[in-house]
Amino acid sequence: MTTAPADPIVKPESAPPAEPAAPGPKRSSVARRLLPFGYLSPTIVLIVVLMIVPIVMVISYSFRDNVIVQENSVFAGLANYTDVLTDPDFLAAIKNTGIFITVSMVAHLLLGLGFAMMLNSPLLGGVAKSLFRVVYVLPWLFTIAVIAVIWRLLLDPSGVVNYVLNALGLIDQGVDWLGSPSTALWVVTFANIWSGYPFFMISLLAGLQGIPGELYEAASVDGASPWRKFLHVTLPQLRPVIISMAVLDLIWTSQQFALIWMMTGGGPLNSTEMLSTFTYKLAFSEYEFATASASAVVVLLLTMILAFFYVRQQRER
Amino acid sequence: MAARSTRLRRWTAIATAVGLAAVMGACGGGSDDASSDGTVTLEFAQWWAPELPDGSFDKIINEFQTANPTIKVKLLSAPYASTKQQLVTGAASKTLPDVVGLDGAWVNDFAKQGAIADMSKLMTDAGYDASQLASQVQVDGKTYMVPVVNFVYPLFVNQDLLTKAGVDKVPSTRTEFLDAAKKISATGDNVKGWALPLDTAVPNGIQNDVMSWLWASGGSMLADGKPALQTPQVKSVVEYVKSLNDAGVIAPGSLTMKEQDKVEKFTTGQVGMVVDSLAHINLVKKNNPDLKFTVAPIPAEDGYTGKRGIPYASWGIGVANSSEHKAEAFKLVQYLMDAKANAELATLANGFPGNKTAKPDFTDSDPLFKQAFDIYSEGTPANEFVGLPKSEDLMRSFDEQLQLVLTGKGSVDDALAKSQENWSSVIE
Repeated sequence: MTTAPADPIVKPESAPPAEPAAPGPKRSSVARRLLPFGYLSPTIVLIVVLMIVPIVMVISYSFRDNVIVQENSVFAGLANYTDVLTDPDFLAAIKNTGIFITVSMVAHLLLGLGFAMMLNSPLLGGVAKSLFRVVYVLPWLFTIAVIAVIWRLLLDPSGVVNYVLNALGLIDQGVDWLGSPSTALWVVTFANIWSGYPFFMISLLAGLQGIPGELYEAASVDGASPWRKFLHVTLPQLRPVIISMAVLDLIWTSQQFALIWMMTGGGPLNSTEMLSTFTYKLAFSEYEFATASASAVVVLLLTMILAFFYVRQQRER
Repeated sequence: MAARSTRLRRWTAIATAVGLAAVMGACGGGSDDASSDGTVTLEFAQWWAPELPDGSFDKIINEFQTANPTIKVKLLSAPYASTKQQLVTGAASKTLPDVVGLDGAWVNDFAKQGAIADMSKLMTDAGYDASQLASQVQVDGKTYMVPVVNFVYPLFVNQDLLTKAGVDKVPSTRTEFLDAAKKISATGDNVKGWALPLDTAVPNGIQNDVMSWLWASGGSMLADGKPALQTPQVKSVVEYVKSLNDAGVIAPGSLTMKEQDKVEKFTTGQVGMVVDSLAHINLVKKNNPDLKFTVAPIPAEDGYTGKRGIPYASWGIGVANSSEHKAEAFKLVQYLMDAKANAELATLANGFPGNKTAKPDFTDSDPLFKQAFDIYSEGTPANEFVGLPKSEDLMRSFDEQLQLVLTGKGSVDDALAKSQENWSSVIE
């Protein structure tokens, strides 16, 4: 059942305009219809100039050859897309990006939910909660450049991590965390997880605090265990937040560039090459702006699939 | 009430229109760089000012403005990486500032795009005597960049570690270097003989730390301007680097090591020897005043007696092709290349002047600069990546092949063959 919203516009009780000239009402009606667009025009202009035009330009570049670097570029059809989609480095970048965003999202969710539940627990006192809230949110306060430098220093073969592991007897000699193709992807994923979980935590904490206590009381009356309460009260109540956050996180993480670039540059041996670093290298190292545009359009399409699910989920809500 | 609402709407509409006009103005506005009194304003984009002592570059530019009262210079200063990105974008859209700081690695691409002007013509038009220039970067026989200050990359050696390892002289040949590196690595405490930064984000380790060994022995990676990587000389360099790796004398983490990590490891005494920019002498001394180190020529092949190539990087200068004031822009270039101003700039930057007649003042500098200047004067500045197209990409593709060799996933011959193929597709 839907309820029609009340008309927010208060109509004047007085009579219509005193002396309506012949074309007056028509002009007034057109002006009234155009007025909202007049108010919106600065925003519309900004969106067109800063978003629509660049996107259209990139899409048009992707169908041409030698764009930007030569004055007379030629139409190349789908050649750039063929080049990109058959490039083994691009396929490796898709695989790496898939692993990176999926593992990051799942870990963000688990860590964020775990810490949020801890901060929402009645077992913790006010001071302890405040303290943990500050500690847990700390990674979110650092810029990506600082995070990259911190983890590069910690994970250096002669850095703190290896020293601690060595002191605990877990390793015999320093592990080359970032320099080894077998560990580099997991290490940058870990750094991304570390820097991103607080946003999940804060959002889920807000969601937890919005769950009515009566639901838990009713579950207790029915004899539900803590696990069943979590399963049948907490999770269903958090479902909209979890889905929104998960989809947004996949989109945001797929665009992560700075952390990868500063920690490994896509190496060693392409083991951390992501779609973002691959596209950047094409544009700013190889000056292949047309192929880079094709790669960027592929990334845009993949991101739009995620965005589609996000919008649909929001509409369902 | 209705009148008030109408007034509100009218004012909102006016505000919107003004806002829109402002936005449109901001989007379409251009700057007029020539005023009615004939004064010309030049924009000069570079990364030099942030790397010089505060205000020192402004002082040099002010002196130029005093000498040329009809020319004003607006400095657009940003760090190297930002400047590069701005110039790449500006070159693509033909909106480069009038005068641009250039790295030799960018010149070929900018020249091919028609973004930077033919300076040979500007020199002829101005009647400039180019014989005083130490070098010029040319594409197809035309000069597009003039190196203003050169920074050489000698071998930095930690003398305390050398003594501790029982090595009595700074290595001068590859065999001596391997031997010294082994002995330093044997001193323990995770100390290694050499550092090799191979990070692919900024792959200049190939230029500074790998190809430098080739140039030091008079070798070349090009033949008649074409790639020549499958030669005995290049092969011997890659095999030598592999032998250093196999001997365990290279600091771990080299596949993602950056230049700053290399400097840091040398500064903290974790590494005994590195090939590094002379510009880092002050940084090393500031961060570790107790470190006892010296600079030396890069070791050459055993038995080599010719002139040693020493890698260098430059602060180059060029003029935008789209500039409406090329003659005035070249006046600024001329001023910076003048013996006096050039020597002053080189002294401030701890580099070597691009004008052959300029004499840098070492009186207040570290004695190591004088020592390095002697190495520079006795050897030959060598950097074959300067002027090549997509040079960063060339370094990166070689870097990836070298990484395969060092991780045992490829042979030296395969790596060179693959690199030759990659480079040949770029250098036509």
